[in-house]
Amino acid sequence: MKILVPVKRVIDYNVKVRVKADQTGVDLANVKMALNPFCEIAVEEAVRLKEAGTASEVVVVSIGTTAVQEQLRTALALGADRALHIETDLNLDSLQVAKLLAKVVADEQPGMVILGKQAIDSDNNQTGQMLAALTGMGQGTFASKVVVNDGKVQVTREIDGGLQTVELTLPAVVSTDLRLNEPRYASLPNIMKAKKKPLDVKAADSYGVSLESKVTLLKVAAPVVRQGGVKVESVAELVDKLKHEAKVI
Amino acid sequence: MAILLIAEHNNQSLKTETHKVVQAAADIGGDITVLVAGFNCAAAASEAAMISGVNKVLVADNAAYEHQLAENIAALVAELGKDFSHILTAATTTGKNFLPRVAALLDVAQISDVIAIESADTFVRPIYAGNAIATVQSADAIKVLTVRPAAFRAAETGNSAPVEAINTTAHDAGVSGYVSEELTKSERPELTAARVVISGGRGMQNGENFALLNGIADKLGAAIGASRAAVDAGFVPNDMQVGQTGKIVAPELYIAVGISGAIQHLAGMKDSKIIVAINKDAEAPIFQVADYGLVADLFTVLPELEQQL
Repeated sequence: MKILVPVKRVIDYNVKVRVKADQTGVDLANVKMALNPFCEIAVEEAVRLKEAGTASEVVVVSIGTTAVQEQLRTALALGADRALHIETDLNLDSLQVAKLLAKVVADEQPGMVILGKQAIDSDNNQTGQMLAALTGMGQGTFASKVVVNDGKVQVTREIDGGLQTVELTLPAVVSTDLRLNEPRYASLPNIMKAKKKPLDVKAADSYGVSLESKVTLLKVAAPVVRQGGVKVESVAELVDKLKHEAKVI
Repeated sequence: MAILLIAEHNNQSLKTETHKVVQAAADIGGDITVLVAGFNCAAAASEAAMISGVNKVLVADNAAYEHQLAENIAALVAELGKDFSHILTAATTTGKNFLPRVAALLDVAQISDVIAIESADTFVRPIYAGNAIATVQSADAIKVLTVRPAAFRAAETGNSAPVEAINTTAHDAGVSGYVSEELTKSERPELTAARVVISGGRGMQNGENFALLNGIADKLGAAIGASRAAVDAGFVPNDMQVGQTGKIVAPELYIAVGISGAIQHLAGMKDSKIIVAINKDAEAPIFQVADYGLVADLFTVLPELEQQL
């Protein structure tokens, strides 16, 4: 079984986000970029399925400028077999990304698509579900456990209030949550080897998909900063303030 | 404007998130139709009919919808949704699961996690884990939105809207099935619905010490939460996590115990009305957002607090 893993290049999760003064977006100039953490977990899960003999090949795909090849090489160093870069300068919305990925699914015919539940920049949490809809596949979102067996996959999902397990007919889409696995670090020999693994480039407009979004970003503002209050000296003072000043108990 | 709102429920009763999404729908303005899709869900539907502002309740009662499987619910909502200008649901794990699927079937974008309505086509939502706030405008014919419940007050009740059964063929995509569910059993209110939340962090030192929060939670009718650090350390299960990757809460009173206040955690609770921080490290960032800070050892403070409440 082939596994397709779509990945995204995003701001490194350790970087403090700064909104641009003109409110057009977030300042990404000279900022450290990385593989989206949820995507890293998706790559790790696919590689583990290959190591367990369940999967035969792991293909990673990313959409964006030439810069995304850096993240594709990272995924190859983590154990993916080959990469596809869909080149565009446009900043696509989830629906357009899902449409392009649906074309890749038609070309590659994977047995499973594993991808992060959301990117930590747009925080949309949409692409996997949209891809599943466009391809008619079942979906196992926010996965904390994935078990493949006999043409089916059982996905344990992190839901509000606990866990839910669903069974999907393959091919299916699985989106990863944080506790699915702990991704490995790429070793130096694997980083060197990744440089020689195949990486194809295709233009986004060669897929015949409309890349236009009907959603316009009007402005991006910094959140309102909450002001700190006072320090109290004792439990008695705290209880008194909550009762008589804040009136919340 | 005609708004279709998909109710969040467990077949027996409606979740309070639904009341909050009705408020968001009222902010948009227009006719509000609530869809209750489930199995033996008549009780949930009659609760939905009582929410003020609701014009009509549609009930799709079929075994295919019992567990809110995204493949089946999305097909139903996409079929019904064609005649509406807006489709809304709560940004819970259920809503986040099926609604993007609806948007893709209707070939429109989804606006996720809306925290404010500017107008019928302009919405406000957090990006970068709440470190930036985006205002977006949609030119799609149908606006599909998930609404963050904590950002809206609950609509009042006292209505008696008409309830209609849907008689279309049930959608069963046949590609997914429900296996099992393990829900954390608790007598306490749910984190996202509680008026008071008390959370423990790494400072609690181990899972057993979380019992120190029980008595206080009992007295205040509070839900108990945790920071990601406490969850990652294995003190408590993941579904107790408050933060960017956990639950987003906005109670009247939030008490953070032994929590340093990482950005991750603040993203999940900073909209609480009153924040109390108890931490022995006076330099902990949590004090920068707390209305009342107490610099002290939690192991002496907690028993004292329980006694004085």
